[in-house]
Order: sequence, then C-alpha cells, then structure tokens
Amino acid sequence: MTSNSANIKKAKVESSSSGVKMQTINLNAWFGTKQALKDINVSFKTNAVTAIIGPSGCGKSTLIRCLNRMHELVPDSRFSGQVFLDGENVYAPGVDPVMIRRRVGMVFQKPNPFPTMSIYDNVAAGLKLTGARKGRDLDKVVRWSLEQATLWDEVKDDLKKAGTSISGGQQQRLCIARAIALQPEVILMDEPCSALDPIATAKIEELIVKLKEEYTVVIVTHNMQQAARVSDFTAFLYLGQLIEYGHTSAVFENPKNELTEKYITGKFG
Amino acid sequence: MINNYVFRKVKNRLFFVLCLACVVIAVIPLLSILYEVVSRGAPFLSLQFLTNDALHGGIGPAIQGTLILIGLTSLIGIPVGILSGVYLAEFGDNKYASFLRAINDVLTEFPSIVVGITAYSVVVIGLIGSYSPIAGAVALSIMLVPIVARTTDESLKLVPNSVREASLALGIRKWKTTLRIVVPAAKSGVITGILLATARIAGETAPILLTILGSNYFFQGFRSPMDALPLRIFRDARWDNPRVQAEAWGVALILILIVLSLNIGVRLAARGRFKR
Repeated sequence: MTSNSANIKKAKVESSSSGVKMQTINLNAWFGTKQALKDINVSFKTNAVTAIIGPSGCGKSTLIRCLNRMHELVPDSRFSGQVFLDGENVYAPGVDPVMIRRRVGMVFQKPNPFPTMSIYDNVAAGLKLTGARKGRDLDKVVRWSLEQATLWDEVKDDLKKAGTSISGGQQQRLCIARAIALQPEVILMDEPCSALDPIATAKIEELIVKLKEEYTVVIVTHNMQQAARVSDFTAFLYLGQLIEYGHTSAVFENPKNELTEKYITGKFG
Repeated sequence: MINNYVFRKVKNRLFFVLCLACVVIAVIPLLSILYEVVSRGAPFLSLQFLTNDALHGGIGPAIQGTLILIGLTSLIGIPVGILSGVYLAEFGDNKYASFLRAINDVLTEFPSIVVGITAYSVVVIGLIGSYSPIAGAVALSIMLVPIVARTTDESLKLVPNSVREASLALGIRKWKTTLRIVVPAAKSGVITGILLATARIAGETAPILLTILGSNYFFQGFRSPMDALPLRIFRDARWDNPRVQAEAWGVALILILIVLSLNIGVRLAARGRFKR
C-alpha cells in the first residue's frame, strides 16, 4: 500500500512537471474470473503518440478501454487501480464516466458511423447530444472537424449523404472527425486501420502524426511497422503484463527484454 | 451407386415439391377469402354506405368508431409498448427482465375474450360506469402492448453493439444513446411491429364487444357505446335477413381496406432518408 501511495504521489508530480497526460497505477482488469491486465503502470505523454503493441489477446484493447472507462460497460467486468488524467483519478468516487469520455475520445477497430445519420449529422451528433453545442456554430465545427480529419475535400459536396455510404477508409476518418468535434484532450485508437486497405491506412497514419500537435494520442496496433512509423513511445504488452515501455526507437532498435525482441523480430505473435 | 444417386436426387426434388405444395395450401384460403370479400363486398360500396349512420343504410359509425379505437389505442399502447421493449433490450440484463419477457410472451398469446372481460369489469363497471370507447381502447392496448414490446425488444437487439459503444464513447448519456441513436437504427423493425399489432387489434371483436357494445349512431362521447367494423360485421351476419347478411361482406371489405391503407401509409411515412 505504501508503494501504491508513493506511486500516486509520483503520478501527480509527473503530470505537472514532465508533460504526462494520462497515467495508470497498478491497473488490473478482469472479465469474469479471467484477468486481462496485471498491475499495469504506464504513462502517456502530452502531444505524443504512444503505441501499444503485443500479440492478440494480450490486453491492448482492454488497457485503452480502461482509460476512458469503457471497460466497465462490459457485463461481468471488474477493475482495480487508478488512472490519472492531468493528475486527477478518473476512477475516484463521484467522477462521472460520461464527463471523462467527453475528454478522452475513442476511435474503434471497425468504422462505426451512426447508421441512420448523414455525414454532417454524424460529426454534429456529439455536440448535439451532449449539450456541448451551446453558442457554437455547428456548420463551422463540422467543417473544422472534417478538415482536421482530412476528409473535408472528399465529402464537402455530399454532407447530406448517409455516413455509411462512403468507403471504409473515409468512414474511419469520419469517425475521427466525430471524435474531434468534441475537442477531446486525448484520442484513443483501437486498431484503427485493421479493417482498411494500405492506401486508406497510409492516410490515417499521416493523420495520426498530424493529430498529436493538438491531442495526446494512444493507438493500439498489431502492426509493428505502423507502431514504428507513427509513434513516439511504445508499450509492449504480453499476457496482460507490461513487458517494456520506452521511446519507440529504443524499443524497436534496442529492446531490453528478450520477449520484446522475439515479438518484434516476428519469432511469435 | 447410380440408384443411390438417383434416389437422393429424387428425395431432394420431393422435398422441394412438398414445400411448394404447403405454400399453395396456405395461400389458397387467403386468396379465396380476399376474392370472396372483394367480389361480394364491392357492390355495396357507395358514398351513402360509407357515410350514413346505421338507420339510413350506412356504416359510417362503424368506420368512425374503428378509426377512433385505432387512434386511442395507439396513443395509449405504442409509447408503453416501445418503452417496455427498450427496457427489455437495453436494460434487460437481469433476472427480472427475463421474467418480464416470459410474462410478455404469455400476454401476446392471451385469449382476447379474457382481456375483454377484464376491461369490462374494471373499466366499464368499475371506473367509468358505462360502455365507453376508452374501455375499448384499454382492452385493445392490453393486446397491443406485448406485441409492440416484443418486436421492439427483438429489433433493438439486432442493432450492433458497436453503434452503442460509438455513442457512449463520445460521452453521450445512455438514455440519449438509446432514444436518438439505437431506436432510430432499429426503426424499420419497430414500425413493422406497430403495424402488425395495429392490424391485429383493428380486427379484434371479443374485447370490444364487451367494452364499446356497438351502436347505430356516430360517436356520442366517451361515456356512451360506440360502433366498430368488426361489431357491425358480427351484427349484420347474425341478422335474419339475407340482404343485411350480404351487407357484412361490404363491411369486411372496408375493414380490410383500412388495415391495408394504414399499413402502406405508415410504411411510406416512415421511410427514412437512408434505406437500409
């Protein structure tokens, strides 16, 4: 317990001094009786892209779903530990998970635009339905979000068309636009390119690098080249444990752990 | 070998023929009823027949009554039915809900005469003290709610979870996610359920026989008997006069046309901007 409180103190200090946007302390997560995450301590730096890599089922997605409190929506799920956002514990009693999710946006593995809405309404939905619309010009926000997601030029004449009518890669950028319309501080991406072709993937990767200028980005990927291309920091997870964390160049060129090296060189995975 | 192959081919063919034969058997009564109703009912159609009251050779009160019943029942039953379905699908992850779901399934198959007697003793005798369109609407709502609840439940469960997650991850609250994102995505299924239920109740006779009684006059207020098409068919058919008996076909045709046009009308109105 003492080491735990020391860790928490450290977390508060780090967030104020060295640009840590989010941090987990002794994070454990379960589905029923199966433990998906074991004592994860990792931090995510402001205006940087952190990649989470590891073989299937190692807990990558669970980890980021703990960051915006989506994990607890799964029936039978449990959780222990702390997650700090700007030094505040998002699991503290009295914290409304809905407010956390407005600050920590998420993009999913499969593009999931709202099926009954137009492109315009998809982007505007967050603002309209969270009441964040007050005093803001919806048209401007929609345009700005689509521009940020580098989708504006492709859809500006079709804003009334169904969000599901565009290509998979465009839908995924639409989902990114939908997330940034709410101006979150952190954007979580859960294998955002795994359902996309190489050209669409390249566009999203370009976008991720651009997004870190204004947001803190955490991306889960099973594609190691992708992690190497877009991220500043890399965390390697194996069987629910954090095996290695560091600058992406260090993790890939000079892994400290044997498991990391084996995974990166393709000996398992 | 060859024989075996031929035998299997024949079996395959036989199965197809059997299925086709069953479809034909199922469709014959339906088509013949439609044919009978149209051919025998059509000669009665006239403006007088449709608009006059019963004392002047018309079925105006029955048409008006059926429309009032459909309206009142929808007003009471559709919101209750949809919200019950929403509860079962979106918040129904517990044992109370599976119990409720079982009860709901029983209610769907409940004998309508029992519903009628219940509404008669509670609403007609107890609450209002006379035959009343409201009592009829209550009885029909009891029939409508379980059907709407069940179809809503089932069509909401077909909406992929990724849609709910997308909304919740934006920080949209659960109730808004449900009403503004999930229910619209299941719209066509929900509407189909409402149509099925409305068509079903429009033709119900037993529950309204005991609650609105039937009448020769147009709507006379919420504390008086009212007519409806099924009741008029029932009365006409029991009449000891071939000419009045034949008139029942005309009434039946109107009932079928109302259900049909309701169906088509709502479908057109509910057609979203994006077809799925």
